[in-house]
Amino acid sequence: MFVSQNFGESGKMKEYHYAGPTEHRFSPYAFNGGTVLAVAGEDFAIVASDTRLSEGYSIHSRDSPKCYKLTDTTVLGCSGFHGDCLTLTKIIDARLKMYKHSNNKTMTSGAIAAMLSTILYSRRFFPYYVYNIIGGLDEQGKGAVYSFDPVGSYQRDTYKAGGSASAMLQPLLDNQIGFKNMEGVEHVPLTKDKAVQLVKDVFVSAAERDVYTGDALRICIVTKEGIEEQNIPLRKD
Amino acid sequence: MATLAVRRAPLGGFSFENCKRNSILESEASKVGFSVPTARKTGTTICGVVFKDGIVLGADTRATEGMVVADKNCSKIHYISPNIYCCGAGTAADTEMTTQIISSNLELHALSTGRQPRVATANRMLKQMLFRYQGYIGAALVLGGVDCNGPHLYSIYPHGSTDKLPYVTMGSGSLAAMAVFEDRYKTGMEEEEAKQLVRDAIAAGIFNDLGSGSNIDLCVITKGNVDYIRPHDEANKKGVRHGELEGVQLTGDYRYKRGTTAVLSKVVNPLDLELLEETVQTMDTS
Repeated sequence: MFVSQNFGESGKMKEYHYAGPTEHRFSPYAFNGGTVLAVAGEDFAIVASDTRLSEGYSIHSRDSPKCYKLTDTTVLGCSGFHGDCLTLTKIIDARLKMYKHSNNKTMTSGAIAAMLSTILYSRRFFPYYVYNIIGGLDEQGKGAVYSFDPVGSYQRDTYKAGGSASAMLQPLLDNQIGFKNMEGVEHVPLTKDKAVQLVKDVFVSAAERDVYTGDALRICIVTKEGIEEQNIPLRKD
Repeated sequence: MATLAVRRAPLGGFSFENCKRNSILESEASKVGFSVPTARKTGTTICGVVFKDGIVLGADTRATEGMVVADKNCSKIHYISPNIYCCGAGTAADTEMTTQIISSNLELHALSTGRQPRVATANRMLKQMLFRYQGYIGAALVLGGVDCNGPHLYSIYPHGSTDKLPYVTMGSGSLAAMAVFEDRYKTGMEEEEAKQLVRDAIAAGIFNDLGSGSNIDLCVITKGNVDYIRPHDEANKKGVRHGELEGVQLTGDYRYKRGTTAVLSKVVNPLDLELLEETVQTMDTS
């Protein structure tokens, strides 16, 4: 990497090394790493995340899961800037309570998704630096996954990966769950056990190549019986 | 008629021809929206200690490209001469090429002097080359070896300064490794104690620094003997896929059946060849 400020436009070396007035800025954001993944099945949904919290080259915590239980049928996974993740989940919890008290019923997954979109867009010009994925059951009891961008654009999906290793996981899911880029393969519907296996294997691979992903994997399996949690160890390096 | 290419006599001092060209390229590239390709760095934790009979050098084995692991098992302890080895941190190509150049020059020098090369000579050659390039060669090295004057350990920085010390660490994980050294280093350790200390220092870098990872390589140099232990410690194994644990073929199988990629057409051209030699080179399918 060359110090191009030592050379002028024409390529001739400048006479002196005065760098000129430099502006120092304070960045309100930090990147804390982490990967989140959600898969929707026929009657279940899975939200999984790694538990490593990092900054720069250091690790803040090896046990900071990014799945937050919102209701008995909905789990939110959020990665990105940890400060905004915490504030966002506090705000969502408060809004859920307010809805419960004024409408006398729990918010459905679809309603939570729509509400989260408006919360994120209300900060359109100073966004929450958070990549959100909601996993849960819809009113019919079918699995639902809603994926968001930092300013609130969302859509319903069958599966989605977000966070630092998302670019590594998403193509693998496209192939294994969406049967993309394959011919002559029978489109078997995804069972809960196969989905859990796939999620574990996929995170093992992500931990190999992404430095921000590792330590442990927290899986939340949402079914009509409730939310089951599993903890799997990952590489710690 | 052959044209004579007259070679220009080399000018003294620093040559900055390519710097001009590079800065022009950089500004033109940014106008179009491209960025200059960045060199791959090794992240890294490397360290060395002097013990009673010689030197122990240690290194991790992860090479990163940005924050993605490019190589899970690269070798960071480079050969300089039979009695001198060098660990490298910083830009991967720079450490590799610099150590190879100095190794080659040192071998010629040893033939010329008729003596075993000294660590101080390697140190002097490395620092003079790095200073000549004013820090543009991003190589941070830990040089260690045993010669006629005993064991010697140097740390060499990209701008060309060197330190001769009993224990040194370099790389992004150097703080984690140095913390271990400052706690437990003693002069005149035994070999096993020194190996354990270096192993623990590299392990601290591997687990606490995101730029370092995978396994621990050691190199123990004593008078007349070198133990290049790669890997000394497989501190991290890839997680076992859940389909492989049980003997029964479960759903965790990711092999593709023939025909998954559609075959559009097939043309077979038989070649009349005689088989002379057959070798097998395995891929890393882990």
